[in-house]
Amino acid sequence: MQYTILVYETESELAARTDPKRKDAYWGAYRAYTKALRDAGVMVGGAGLEPPRKGTTVRQHDGKRRVQDGPFADTKEQLGGYYVIDVPDLDKALEWAARCPSASTGAAEVRPNMPPPPPPA
Amino acid sequence: MSDAAAAAELAARASYGRLVAYLAAHWRDVARAEDALGDALVAALETWPRTGVPDKPEAWLLTAARRRLVDGARHAGVAAAAEADLTLMLDEHADDAGRAPVSDERLALLFVCAHPDIDEAARTPLMLQTVLGLDAARIGSAFLVAPATMGQRLVRVKAKIRETGIRFEVPERREMAARLPAVLDAIYAAYGSGWEDVAGADPRRRGLAEEAIWLGRLVARLLPDEPEALGLLALMLHCEARRPARRDDAGAYVPLREQDVARWSRPMLEEAETVLATAARFAAPGRFQLEAAIQSAHAQRARSGAADWEAIALLYEGLLRCAPTVGARVAAAAALAEARGDEAGLRALDTMPADAVAAYQPYWALRAQLLKKLGRTGHARDAYDRAIGLSEESAVREFLMARAAEMR
Repeated sequence: MQYTILVYETESELAARTDPKRKDAYWGAYRAYTKALRDAGVMVGGAGLEPPRKGTTVRQHDGKRRVQDGPFADTKEQLGGYYVIDVPDLDKALEWAARCPSASTGAAEVRPNMPPPPPPA
Repeated sequence: MSDAAAAAELAARASYGRLVAYLAAHWRDVARAEDALGDALVAALETWPRTGVPDKPEAWLLTAARRRLVDGARHAGVAAAAEADLTLMLDEHADDAGRAPVSDERLALLFVCAHPDIDEAARTPLMLQTVLGLDAARIGSAFLVAPATMGQRLVRVKAKIRETGIRFEVPERREMAARLPAVLDAIYAAYGSGWEDVAGADPRRRGLAEEAIWLGRLVARLLPDEPEALGLLALMLHCEARRPARRDDAGAYVPLREQDVARWSRPMLEEAETVLATAARFAAPGRFQLEAAIQSAHAQRARSGAADWEAIALLYEGLLRCAPTVGARVAAAAALAEARGDEAGLRALDTMPADAVAAYQPYWALRAQLLKKLGRTGHARDAYDRAIGLSEESAVREFLMARAAEMR
């Protein structure tokens, strides 16, 4: 069963990525976490994401196109990356989420991946 | 909070488990007993502010809860067997409603919760809910399970108790040895769920350690002739005594051997020693007494300035014979490293099966430390990474990163 761990980070954590005093600890924690997932044989894939301000949002509603810088959402925690893992059940997925560094600072959300849609009849 | 509300809360906390156990034992339905008592508590909070708090709040709650059960049963059209019970119950209390002391059925309830027919993973949550009244969300957080899932599991397991007619009784003497370990294991699992939250950063989780000790005291009091029940209580008290020393003032992680013994709780250590000594008089050692004895040997550092590692290693040998868990094997390897050298500790780790330790953080933390001391830097770095990646606490991650950085 595949699950996605959504890594939600606070502004302070996102800043730690480039802060000379904190970046070693930040990257060390994620490097180690990724290694633990790989060594345990549960890692399927994933990626770190640049902060929301580097995002671009496209909307194409009613034939009108709107392109904007970044997302609007001014929430306390931002999506900073994700991991896709393959584990037997949700209990195991939550165990891995609890070890995600963002669980101690922001949040780690677990979502079951949906199976591919059924082929057309 | 008003006096009445405070009194209702107090009565509820003090007597929740007794009342649920009593009602569940007579009704043979845990879920209904809980619902009835819940309704009675709501009624109390509505009534008492107007009428004043009754002389015996517990008796009032029991009467109100029983009335709910009777009404509910009449409404549902109870089966003949339950009706008979119902009549008996009403007779018992007809004259002196509530004045008769409520017999303590909590021990029977604990044995129901840890019955062989109950799924092992459900036992501790069931105890925490029925005996202590904790809600599914709090239990779920402690055991890393979604609250809705935990709620469903508890509902299912209570239905099973009703349907399979698990008896509310304390096992006979000859059965006790076979049935007690499951009760003690479940209580220890509750204690363990609060263990990782060292700093008490999460009061909801830290609370479970105290709740588990409360349950441990209850069982030790109700079964004073069971040395393992005493052993479990001594073990939890020893561990709990050290809680204040597991983080320094800045919140940094402090491993056991570097803890400032002045921060250990003396009264708790003394109580642990007294309880363990009482257990020892039965001359029937077991898993929990051995674990408590190991903690006692660690605590010796507070008296003599040094832990007796040779004694600790020997006690672990005994423990591994009766409870060869992954956790015990890693701890035994740590003791072996202290008593007989890092190579010996590493050899003990090497004998453990790879799949059992793939995601077990303490194994990798110890392995990293031993490899580092032996100068095998490359392998040590790898093991440190693995341990860091498996840690749930930022304080532990930071501690391990600092240790790994010392190798550069």
